[in-house]
Amino acid sequence: MTSFPDRAQVVVIGAGIVGNSVVHHLARLGWRDVLLLDKGPLPDPGGSTGHASNFVFPVDHSREITLLTGDSMRQYTELGTLTTCGGIEVARTPERVQELHRRVSSARAWGVDAELVTPAEVAADVPFLDPSVVLAGFRTPSVAVVDPLRAGELMRQRAVEAGALTVAALTEVLAIETGDGRVRRVRTDRGDVETEYVVVACGVWSPRIAALAGATIPLTPAVHQMIDVGPIAELAATGREIAFPIIRDMDPLMYERQSGADLEIGSYAHRPILVDPDDIPSLAAAALSPTQLPFTADDFDPQMEAALDLFADILDRPDAGIRHAINGLLSLTPDGHPLLGETPEVHGLWSAAAVWIKEGPGVGRLIAEWMTDGAPEIDPHAADIARFAPHERTRAHVRARASEGFNKTYGIVHPREQWASDRGARRSPFHEREQALGAEFFEVAGWERPQWYAANEPLVAELGVEDRPHEWDARWWSPISTAEHLAMRRGVAMIDLSAFAQFDVRGPGALAYLQHLTVAQMDRPVGRVIYTPVLGPDGGLRSDLTVVRLGESHFRVVTGGADGARDLQWFRRHLPDDGSVALADVTSAVCTLGLWGPRARDVLATVTEDDVSDAAFGFATARELTIGSTPVLAMRLSYVGELGWELHAPTESGLRLWDTLAEAGAPHGLVPAGIGVYGTTARLEKGYRLMGHELDAEHGPVEAGLALPGLKPQDFVGKAAYSKAREGEPEATLCTLRLDGARDAAGLRRYPQGGEPLLTADGRRIVDTRGRPSYVTSAGAAPSLGTYLLMAYLPPRLAVAGTGLLVEYLGERYPVTVARAGRTPLFDPDDARMRG
Amino acid sequence: MVLAVVERDGRGSLSAASGEVLGTARELAERLGVAVAAVAVGEAGDLPDDLAKQGVGRLHLLAHELLDGGGPARLGEALAGLVATLAPAAVLGADEPGVTDAMAWAATMVGAPLATACTEVRPGDDAWEVTRERSGGILLEDAVLAGPVRFCTLRPGGPAPSETAAAAEVTVDVVVPELDTTLPHATLVERRERSAGMSLATAPVVVAGGRGVGSAGGYAVLEELAGLVGGVVGCSRVATNNGWRPHSDQVGLTGTRISPDLYVACGISGATQHWVGCMNARSILAVNTDPEAPMVTRATWAVIGDVHTVLPAVVAEIRERSRRR
Amino acid sequence: MCVKRVPAVGAEILLTADGLAVDTRHLGFTIGPHEECAVEEAVRIAERTGGSAGVLTVGAPETEEQLRYAMSMGADHAVRVDAAAADGDPEATAAAITGALRDLPPYDLVLFGAASADAGHAQVGLRVACALRRPVVGGVKGIDPGPGHVSLRREVGGGVEVHEAPLPAVVTVLEGLNLPRYPTIKGRLRAKKAPIRVLPAAPPAGGLRTRRLRHRPEARAETIVLGRGAEAAPAVVDVLADLGVVR
Repeated sequence: MTSFPDRAQVVVIGAGIVGNSVVHHLARLGWRDVLLLDKGPLPDPGGSTGHASNFVFPVDHSREITLLTGDSMRQYTELGTLTTCGGIEVARTPERVQELHRRVSSARAWGVDAELVTPAEVAADVPFLDPSVVLAGFRTPSVAVVDPLRAGELMRQRAVEAGALTVAALTEVLAIETGDGRVRRVRTDRGDVETEYVVVACGVWSPRIAALAGATIPLTPAVHQMIDVGPIAELAATGREIAFPIIRDMDPLMYERQSGADLEIGSYAHRPILVDPDDIPSLAAAALSPTQLPFTADDFDPQMEAALDLFADILDRPDAGIRHAINGLLSLTPDGHPLLGETPEVHGLWSAAAVWIKEGPGVGRLIAEWMTDGAPEIDPHAADIARFAPHERTRAHVRARASEGFNKTYGIVHPREQWASDRGARRSPFHEREQALGAEFFEVAGWERPQWYAANEPLVAELGVEDRPHEWDARWWSPISTAEHLAMRRGVAMIDLSAFAQFDVRGPGALAYLQHLTVAQMDRPVGRVIYTPVLGPDGGLRSDLTVVRLGESHFRVVTGGADGARDLQWFRRHLPDDGSVALADVTSAVCTLGLWGPRARDVLATVTEDDVSDAAFGFATARELTIGSTPVLAMRLSYVGELGWELHAPTESGLRLWDTLAEAGAPHGLVPAGIGVYGTTARLEKGYRLMGHELDAEHGPVEAGLALPGLKPQDFVGKAAYSKAREGEPEATLCTLRLDGARDAAGLRRYPQGGEPLLTADGRRIVDTRGRPSYVTSAGAAPSLGTYLLMAYLPPRLAVAGTGLLVEYLGERYPVTVARAGRTPLFDPDDARMRG
Repeated sequence: MVLAVVERDGRGSLSAASGEVLGTARELAERLGVAVAAVAVGEAGDLPDDLAKQGVGRLHLLAHELLDGGGPARLGEALAGLVATLAPAAVLGADEPGVTDAMAWAATMVGAPLATACTEVRPGDDAWEVTRERSGGILLEDAVLAGPVRFCTLRPGGPAPSETAAAAEVTVDVVVPELDTTLPHATLVERRERSAGMSLATAPVVVAGGRGVGSAGGYAVLEELAGLVGGVVGCSRVATNNGWRPHSDQVGLTGTRISPDLYVACGISGATQHWVGCMNARSILAVNTDPEAPMVTRATWAVIGDVHTVLPAVVAEIRERSRRR
Repeated sequence: MCVKRVPAVGAEILLTADGLAVDTRHLGFTIGPHEECAVEEAVRIAERTGGSAGVLTVGAPETEEQLRYAMSMGADHAVRVDAAAADGDPEATAAAITGALRDLPPYDLVLFGAASADAGHAQVGLRVACALRRPVVGGVKGIDPGPGHVSLRREVGGGVEVHEAPLPAVVTVLEGLNLPRYPTIKGRLRAKKAPIRVLPAAPPAGGLRTRRLRHRPEARAETIVLGRGAEAAPAVVDVLADLGVVR
């Protein structure tokens, strides 16, 4: 037994693939006195790493996940623990064939070699598969099988050899003590360890361990069933662990891979079987291991039939028995993404959880870089554990979404698809009016936001809006949204923006504090509305905000609902210790209505006695108004390119505000408009960027076209990188492209949805000098321009208006033209409308 | 009366297991204030003398041609007849297949319960209590035993038979049981000795291999070591299932349960199924790559390392020392 | 053949708070290894002789999982005797089976495992044979059916006995009788749909009743690590010499 330290620079809990990878990369980046703990024995402590199927399909629709997987494959290869075998996802239905086309596009977008193949080609690779069941295959030659236990051993070994790591197996964590919101000490059954950093890499046990420190890791253990069938002579004859490509039989949501003489069959099709972290048995009490629970045969029977269809030739043999069958545990999260980063609740407590084998080493590197430099190379935006609203961290929500999400593992998930379970967590005060108007609600951070209103249906005919002919393009979309857009540009619309996250910043240190966190100059006159990017230490974009100076030492920060929780953590982490700044999350206290359109002033003027003329209430200013008897904070700005205001009112007064405006607006043609207008069509026409789409940590403000004319003298996070970027030439420029008259082979008009690769006119991938690919970050109609717009970063040589390129969408390529390089809007380029 | 079912060993003397049964029977009889009687089948052999030493004064000797090779049914039937005649408070026997089967048959005929694998029998006024082994001895069960006669079979390792005043004289009652000749029954048609050599069950040293041995061929070094230390080779269930060793070599719950002086566990993790087969060994030497394997943590001594590194070195060391001498 | 649903346990067996049963919250269920061999043998004999193999258990509806498992190994039909016979009551179990066998169509051979994997009462087969007045051989490791009789091999001490029994007969078997097959996918799918005959039973309680289960006290001593790898050889041989097994 190694001696047990009483101090460590960092304690990593969990010696699965993630924990091992974290300690390896921490050691590589110079951390010392790293302590790795696990309750179980080594090399297989009994977690999910020990029973995983261990194959890696590199392509995911998510760029973040694809990057993590690619990095992991490089690491597994370097450790000598990767065997390339190839893999084919097969389609049994036409809808799945379309999805495979989409996967080809994603592969092309992210630069992974893959292609669509015929059933005969599938059968040529996997001779015991029945091609008559299959319509097409998506073949990825680089699909591989890895050995995560061995990789973990090697990673530990390297960290030990570097003199950085102490490993303590069979050590149970009893408590994680905190003080002043920071990690202080880890108590174990072998002694106490003083430390300021703890990484929870405990897989399915992570919620339990994080709870010891008072933090939440919102995942639930869930069952994934696997069986081994064999021996099968053809497989045994290869004499290898794996000699045939892995098959993902996508429609029945299963996979089949060779495992020596056996065929291993796994499924994501059965009913969701969730397990409570507290109900996972101990290593000693488990028949196989804590994460290999007893097989529940009834749940798997339909999958057996499906497997028998595809592999009748080898599975229908009397000597091919079911030799092993388990209900293996894996981690599911509310949105299917990993849980990475520092927990919002406890400073120094990091989560590295809900990670698949295929991402493990990449996540280890990401976490280590993040802990070391404050920002990892791969943007962790979608995986950031800080992303959840409070209700999203509850057990009930996690279980509801995990149950719903489990069958999406191999499912066909539309990019706009909405969740069905545990809806209605957050409702604006306008909700009942919106419901009465037939709102189609989309969800953001639990908020129910109208995407469009059925009540506006008559506008479709009136304004001559075309429907989309293809079901996929029209799914989760309505022509009503386009009609609402045109009605707003014609008259006036009101839009529920209550999902905004809003923070009040007060105190003598407020100005300096905000200066430190933002790119724009915050020292502006009271009443000024300031738009600003927020950068990470590496100069990458981490947020964009509207800041209003309400007093000398009082600011209001408004940010998007989707990123509210992340931004709140960022703001909290940077609060000065001296108490000179008070930060309050006022999201729930404030509701917001946007009132925009050429007639917006006419409407507002009828409900307030205050002067709302341009002279009295100029653009980019904010003032208190009284609407009826409701005090309202009005901000004159626009994300839709129209004259108008954001009206912020106390939540409890919201309903009256709505009714007052609706009544006053009726004579002016006021329509309620959904987020389809605000978030997509109107903002695309104006070239406005959206966090999580155009704005990400991979790009800085200069490339995004958000660089400000001057560089403020005050220091701020990311300033050095930003300042350097301003001086050089950008390696990519965010552009707006037109897609005119795209018709597919069937003659239907088609509309890309976002995420598609952009190709040169002769069909080659486009990659900038830093290796970043060009792909569609946002896509949507531009009704007032009579076209369809895409946004994408392009290398400078292509970022020239008029350049002709191609977009690949569901197996076909359509010509697109660069309409604008940079941020000048295509619609109303001088902003005359909103400044009017 | 407490009736003890006893057997002769190969030399015609009271078997060791029967001796243990008598120890418990005597203790029980003392508490009840009754006598102990023994019952056996066939020739008396040395039994009267051995029983006298144990303080047992009466031996019922069942004699019937159908009892030889008649299996548990015949013996059970004869026993049931004797129980009907003698009305003992309890019938005790060793927890061995032949005896247990016969007692099960007898208990059924008498309409009484049978508690097998007992480690303790505690008489009470009406219902008795027993402690018995379950799950191969991992668990103990305290149970109530209620019935006109209490049939119990006893696990070895009970209280050592204490010296007692020898019975002055052993009365041998030869009993010719009434057996139902119309009952269809099995007959022994052949009995043969198995090939000579030390058996797994009786060897003083067992060198056993599990998953860590890796292949059938990997057992060669175990064979070699076993030869040098005067032992035999055993294996875990993994080895049997992989076809590396015959089932007769398997140590474990469903193989042979052994109690050698030394058990050398090579590449065996020590799952319950296996552990119950070897936990009665006087000492255990574990060779395993995993210092946290259950077999290692429960062993007397352990070597951390691969079987195929450690055993050849041990064999070489033994040979070297014997050469030097 | 007759099988019993038993928990598939790990290295440590947890007990319920009342100590009356094994805590099976995290455990799956199985049939014991002896019984797996009984099922395998029955299926083989049925295949060989053109007969059929039936499987029977006593218990609540959840025990049908084990019947279906036996059917997925090749048993042709299944019977569940619907009696709440307690785990600790072999007399009631035997009575339930005896009653069922009287009601069921004629059989040639009834196979039992020599003992269940959990309670290990090791007597139900014998009791059933006695009650049905059938010939019985226990602890069998070889079965060879012939016309009207069956030849049975068992191992005793250092020898082997061969018994012959007229049919119908009862046999209790030990693991090692054969190498049980794994269920096949086809077998499983067939077993899932196969009907299970349910026979009611209300056997009288027997005289053995579990009061509580407990763990065997385990004397623990620290393991002495003699060394790592080949370097440990001298220390190992010292130990062997101390034990007197090498000189």
